[in-house]
This record gives sequence, structure tokens and C-alpha cells, in this order.
Amino acid sequence: MNCVLGVDNVLHDTLLFRVIYEGVGHVLPCGLSYVVAGIAIMMLLVNGVLLGAGLFSWVERRLIGRFHNRVGPNRWGPFGTLQPLADLVKLIFKEDLTPKGADRILFTIVPVAMLAPVVLVMAVVPFAKDTALANLNVGVLYILAVTSITSIAIFMAGWASDNRYAMWGASRGVAVLISYEVPVVMSLLGVVMVAGSMSLNDVVSAQTVPFLLVQPLAFFVFFAGTSAELNRTPFDLAEAESEIIAGYHIEYSGVKFALIQAAEFGAVLTSSAVMVTLFLSGWSGPASSYLGWAWFLMKIGVLAFIFSWIRATFPRLRIDQLLAFAWKFLLPLSIINLFATALEIYFLRDSTGALDTTDLWIMAGINFGVAFACLLVFGTLIKEKVRPAGPLTGATLSTGEAD
Amino acid sequence: MYGINMAKGLLVTLKNLTKKPFTVQYPEERVKQHPRFRGEEFVWYEERCTGCASCAKYCPLGIIKIVTTPSETAPAQGDKYRLELFDISINRCMFCGLCVEACPYDALFMGSGFEQGQYSRKKMVIDIDHLRQADKHPSTFFRPQLEEIGYDPRAGRPLDWQEVGRESWQWHEKEKAGMRINRPVPSDLMDQGLPVDSSFVEDSEPAPASTPAEEGE
Repeated sequence: MNCVLGVDNVLHDTLLFRVIYEGVGHVLPCGLSYVVAGIAIMMLLVNGVLLGAGLFSWVERRLIGRFHNRVGPNRWGPFGTLQPLADLVKLIFKEDLTPKGADRILFTIVPVAMLAPVVLVMAVVPFAKDTALANLNVGVLYILAVTSITSIAIFMAGWASDNRYAMWGASRGVAVLISYEVPVVMSLLGVVMVAGSMSLNDVVSAQTVPFLLVQPLAFFVFFAGTSAELNRTPFDLAEAESEIIAGYHIEYSGVKFALIQAAEFGAVLTSSAVMVTLFLSGWSGPASSYLGWAWFLMKIGVLAFIFSWIRATFPRLRIDQLLAFAWKFLLPLSIINLFATALEIYFLRDSTGALDTTDLWIMAGINFGVAFACLLVFGTLIKEKVRPAGPLTGATLSTGEAD
Repeated sequence: MYGINMAKGLLVTLKNLTKKPFTVQYPEERVKQHPRFRGEEFVWYEERCTGCASCAKYCPLGIIKIVTTPSETAPAQGDKYRLELFDISINRCMFCGLCVEACPYDALFMGSGFEQGQYSRKKMVIDIDHLRQADKHPSTFFRPQLEEIGYDPRAGRPLDWQEVGRESWQWHEKEKAGMRINRPVPSDLMDQGLPVDSSFVEDSEPAPASTPAEEGE
């Protein structure tokens, strides 16, 4: 029996799926082999993301250690590479506690609900030529929709834990996520307009010039917004250790905690993957037809390094600073970027509405100017006012220079 | 501008990335230890100790316990007390070194180690057997004679009792000039027929043997 995947199937472009499907199709009925191939691909994807999360947890701890002039975990395995395994074993053997007043069902769903969007995002990201799991024509929209689930999961965690700190962390987290969703979506609109498509494959192939250069402002907004949505250190109010202990996952222990942590570390990788696809021209590069995955992984590595770098450097913002950063800084920037891009496309496009490489370079030049000017202006505007010297900061408190 | 100082902060962490980590990974690597380090493995030379219990008297915490009995061999010839007990309760010791400073015969030295962790408080008492058997790596704290010869307790060999004390040739004018004066030596060596300088032997009655001197806690 020979099974052939129809061209109209969403999974037709997935080379690996097609190979498994047609291979298994020799022995199994087509419907069953479709399921088998799907499960195989899912296992591959989920385990890939989880393994990547484990590896990244080690890489990040080592990197942050070195950024802080420390060593980082280096005891088990060469350079401590087996540390994630040790953490995992430790967490699995720990008691899995559920608080007495917790909503048991919600409490149990939360780790899965947190991990699911992280894995689901990878379904539409092409990590080499023709290797996206599903070539959705609304890929960007799908990513935005799926990542929004995280805010629900966070609020579920806070609500189900029956813990004031968890609820506190959850409300902070949801406030942050909802605020940052707006500039992130706005910044992606620019990318989608330039690419002319929401399919991630098309976005990659449209990037004859990386959109990092064409849309610098959008990249900045998206990067800042994403690191806020990932709850990472400059924006980690939802789980601020020194304020609300661990925020929404304060009551989680054992395997559930491991899953939440895996989701957080995996989310960095998947957001990097999305950013690579949208702004750093994805898998394309020299010899990309067979080395696409290497380029893709390398670019993810660079972005993950920058994420770790930022986490190692900046202290946590206050909640008002955080929301001000979203509404007063990122949102205007993304709107300006949107309008500037729209105007550029209006004047530069040819009769069919397409943009060629020269147009993209022209846009890059203009947009860099716009980005610099905007950062200058809005950076000055958002600057906190220094309190004028009053009686409180008088001569007794000064260093003596005033006298 | 808004971002300048953030960029500066990023550069600071980036510089750290290129540096060698500050961390010293203890069991494998060690910080270089000063020879005058006051460690907890006290070094005691029984041959030099007379049982005067100065250390016990000077200890501000009173954690040194010494029980002595007069030696029956030859007290009149400058023999020392025999030590029955010499307990240093290390769990309250603050390593001030006053016992070492008080010792008139250079018999007690601060140690050089710091790895004497124990699981019970009883084991935190260093008793006389422990002191006898311990490795003799004396710290040069308050012992200039060791510092002069450049002794490093962590790197150097264990010293025996004849090498550590302030011998008279180190300060006596005549002996500096090369003349050798015989010293009274501990009883176990006297038994082997070593010469004894009679000028140092006090010509007095034997000490009353009936009352064992007991000092300390």
C-alpha cells in the first residue's frame, strides 16, 4: 500500500513527516501511518525543545556565572554539562506537593499549559529548507495566538495555588503580558507588511536583506517585549525572588516545577527561534540548502546569548517603570515604525506591490535614521525626573561639596 | 540618553566574561596560605613542654585543661612535670594565639590546617594523644625563629622538637660566637647519658611529690 500526502495538506511541506508517513505507509494503512508519523514528529519536537531547554539551562547558568566573574555549575560531567540531568533527577524524586486549599485540577494543568505554547510555537518555525512542521499561511498570527496562552497559564497558576504571593505574581505577570502584547503585535505588523505574508516560510524567503536591518525599531521593540513576556530578569516582576519569593510558581515542586522551569528555558529558545525567523532571515545563509539547520541553530545561539547577557546585567524594574516602558516607550515606537514602514512601502513598491532588494536597502537606511531619532526622543521623554533638591536632600545629606 | 548607561552596564558584564573567574575551587585549588596562619591543629612538642600550664592560664576562654604530676625521675635536675591531661576544647577556641604567646618554652604552636570538621561536639576536644600523634606543621605565628628560616608549614616538612625552639645559640652572645653551652634536656634523653650543664640545674630540694599540680578548667 502506498500512501502519498496530498499537496493541499498542511503537513505536505514537512520533509521529515512525509518521509516517515510514506515509509510507514508501506506496512500500515494510510490513516494509521498518518497518526504514527504525526506522533513521531511530535515526540521529536517536544523532546527537542525539552532537551534544548535543559541544555540552555546549563549554558545560561555557566554564562551568567562567567558574566558575574563566577564559575557556574561545573561539577558533574565535562564542564558540568550533566547538571541539567542532575537537576531533573533531583526534582523528579522530590515530593510533589499540592497545597491544601488549592484547586487541584487547575493546579495540575498549569505546568502543561505553560509548556504547551512553548512547544506549539516550534510547529510553524522553519528550521531548515522545507522543514517546518506546518507551513501555516497565518504563521505569525498563530505564534501570537499561541504565546498568549501563557498569560492564562500564569493566572491559572496564581489562582490555583491558594497563595497570596502566587496571586500577586500572577496579577503582575498578566499585567506585564497584556501590556507587552500590544507593542509586540504592532512591531510584527511592520515585518508582515514588508514580507507581504504571514507564513513564516515566506517571511524567510522575503529576507534578501535581514529584517533586522530593514526593521531595526521593530526588532528592538520585539526583543524588549519578548524578554518581558518571558519573565526574564529586567522584567521578572512576576516571579521576583526578592519581593514575592517565586511569584506564581511558589507552590510548585517536583516534576511540576521542573516542567515550569523547562517551559521558561524552552521559551527563550523558541522566542529566539521566532526572532531568528522573523528578523535574522531564519535558516538562510551560505550553503543553506543543506546547512540551513546549522545556520538556524547558530542564530538561535547568538540570540540566546544576548538574552543571557541581558539577564546577567540588568536589575529588576519597578512595576510602574515596567508598564511605562511598555505604554510610553515601546508602543509609540512600534506605531511610528508601523507608519514609517507603511509610507515606505507605499512609495517604494512596484506595480505588483513587491519590494526588491534595493528597496529593502533604502528602507533599511531610512528606518535606521528613524530608529535612532525615536530612541533619542522617547528615551529623553521617558527619563525619570530627578527630584529637585529640597530640604530633604539638603546640606546635611550632601557630600559636602555644596558647602 | 536613555540607553547609554544600559550599554555601559552591558560592557561591564562583557568584560567579566573575558576575565578568569575569581572563584577558587577549594578542594582542587587552594588559596595560598600565609605561614603565620593560625590554624586549629595545634602543634605541641611534649619534649619541650614542662607542664607549667601557662597556656591554660592565659587562655581567655579557659578551654585548655592541663593535669600534671611531678615526674619521679629527677625533679632536682630540672626535670619537668609529667602531663596527664592536655585537652584543648577547639569548639570554643577563637584562635587568638595567646596560649602560644604565653608558652615560655616554645612547646605550643598554632597549627597550619583548618580542615578538622567533626560531626559531634565531643570530638571537638583535642586531647593529649591527638596532640602527640598529630603532624607537626607548626605555624610561624609568634615564632620568629621559624619565620627567619623561611619555614612554610603547608609546604615544608614536619619539624621535630629540636628544630623549632628558640635555642640559646640564637640569642646568647657566647653561643652566637660559636661556643656551645650544654642545655638541660628532657628526662628521656638524659637517661641515654647525654651531657647536662650543671650550671642550669638548680641545687634545691626536690619538689613535694605529694600534691599534683592541677591547672586550668
